[in-house]
Amino acid sequence: MRPILSIAGKEFRDDFRGRWTLAITGLFAVLALGIAYFGAAAAGRLGFVSFNATLASLTTLAAFVIPLIGLLIAYDTIVGERESGTLALLLSYPLSRAELIAGKFLGHSGVLAVATALGFGAAVVLIQLMTPEARTWSAWRHLGVFVGSASLLGASFAGMACLISALAREKARAAGLALLAWFVLVMLFDLVLLALLVFSGGNAMERALYPYLLLANPIDVFRLVNLVALGAGAGNDVFMSMTAAHAYPPALLVAAMLAWGFGPFLLALLAFRRQEL
Amino acid sequence: MRHAIEASGLGKRYGDAWALREVSVTVPAGEVVGLLGHNGAGKSTLIKLMLGLIRPSDGRLAVLGADPFGAEARRLRARIGYLPENVAFYGNLSGRETLAYLAVLKRAPAGEVGDLLERVGLAAADRRVRTYSNGMRQRLGLAQALLGDPELLLLDEPTSGLDPAATREFFELVAALRARGRTVVISSHVLAELEPHLDRAIILGGGRLLAQGAVGELQAAARLPVTITVRLADGADGAPIEAWLRERAGAAPTRRADTLEFDVPHAAKLETVRRLLQAPQLVDIDVREATLARLYAAIGAEPAPRGRSET
Repeated sequence: MRPILSIAGKEFRDDFRGRWTLAITGLFAVLALGIAYFGAAAAGRLGFVSFNATLASLTTLAAFVIPLIGLLIAYDTIVGERESGTLALLLSYPLSRAELIAGKFLGHSGVLAVATALGFGAAVVLIQLMTPEARTWSAWRHLGVFVGSASLLGASFAGMACLISALAREKARAAGLALLAWFVLVMLFDLVLLALLVFSGGNAMERALYPYLLLANPIDVFRLVNLVALGAGAGNDVFMSMTAAHAYPPALLVAAMLAWGFGPFLLALLAFRRQEL
Repeated sequence: MRHAIEASGLGKRYGDAWALREVSVTVPAGEVVGLLGHNGAGKSTLIKLMLGLIRPSDGRLAVLGADPFGAEARRLRARIGYLPENVAFYGNLSGRETLAYLAVLKRAPAGEVGDLLERVGLAAADRRVRTYSNGMRQRLGLAQALLGDPELLLLDEPTSGLDPAATREFFELVAALRARGRTVVISSHVLAELEPHLDRAIILGGGRLLAQGAVGELQAAARLPVTITVRLADGADGAPIEAWLRERAGAAPTRRADTLEFDVPHAAKLETVRRLLQAPQLVDIDVREATLARLYAAIGAEPAPRGRSET
């Protein structure tokens, strides 16, 4: 276990030294505060209005930003070591490939979790302090769900980046594949699902299948976890109405989020173990 | 005799191409062994197999009595020190931080870090590695290879980037390791530099084993021409002896100031020396067996330059 923690610690410190952690935390905090303050500007109001609406907007925002950052900080995890020549040295040590990739995954996921907790968390706490009506146990619970699921979303994409990094032979190719994965999962996936739904005429089978197809994308699972937890009326009515046909059991959503959090990493582990130097 | 490395019919194939084929070598424990061969000869492949970084396609391999891919592979790697060619580190860490990090991964005591930095003479250990010269990086590479006091050292081009003083210190370190019963395998192109420090040589070419054995035995078995250097007395006229060498010994001497150097067939060595001893104008005779570089060239069909700059 010590080598894994040592590798994770090094990755964490590297990201911190490289100002990644600070930049991500700052970005999350600024975005959270901006959404909270200007979120109701369209309705002619400024200032902190609704805690749940802010969290719903943050969920939508995090669904775009966290996957991109997860992919960017981890896409060179293995291929970068291979290109720089340090991979052969590390693997000549009494260290298994599983320990090496687990340490790196843990380090990168840790950075994302800390940045999420500090960035979004600090902003949300500030909002709570300025809006007394938001100081409820349920608000804290929603915040906990948000930070936890956002951390798992980050882990999911850090794991995907590790998988890409283990398979790619060049760093440039890994970067390209990482961006492609982001584009497909963030931009394309939901559009394809919507198109299928429209062209199928919304028949019963499609409508029954659609909610489950959403579980095939970690970003949609993240949205479901948070928006279903917040309930209708938090600015998420369109999404809720599309998925309301199917009542998601909370255990299914938690299992799906956990599976997406660690599944890509396990695939990366398998891919890395099969590869020769 | 205990063997540090035993390979039998070892082969490694990438697709249809064999990087290493039917290689059977033994390395006795406690010796300094040169792993020689030109680029693409299979040296790096053999080292990677020994470290368990790649799987053999054929044959058997035991390193320190263990299978590099067996259940005890991880414990085996703790007993091996490895210095890769063109060793790379993390530029954002200092030399000391790098070694401390690698010590944890090697499961070596943290107390070794300071001792090893001193042992390899790495000044500025607290500077970031990205500011290091090649020589400093090589010293750090050597220090990490020594972490955990390994029984077997696999060093790939270890003197690359080292200045002459550092190279001398490196070979003193190798001699000290040998004296403590450690086995050292050195892969290098600089044969002249390596030759005086080797007990044995393994010569690879085109992925196959060309020769292996004690350096002296290999030289004797090859029966390559010997190089004789004679020094003329002050004011002596070298022309008659040059003519005699051309006519009687079939040699083509090269004259430099007051010395003549020439090659004679191994079989004619004694007779030539006997005759030279009778020549009145000579004050010194030096007879040298074929260098490792010439032996390598003869075995591997590689061209080799003559003289001290042979590599």
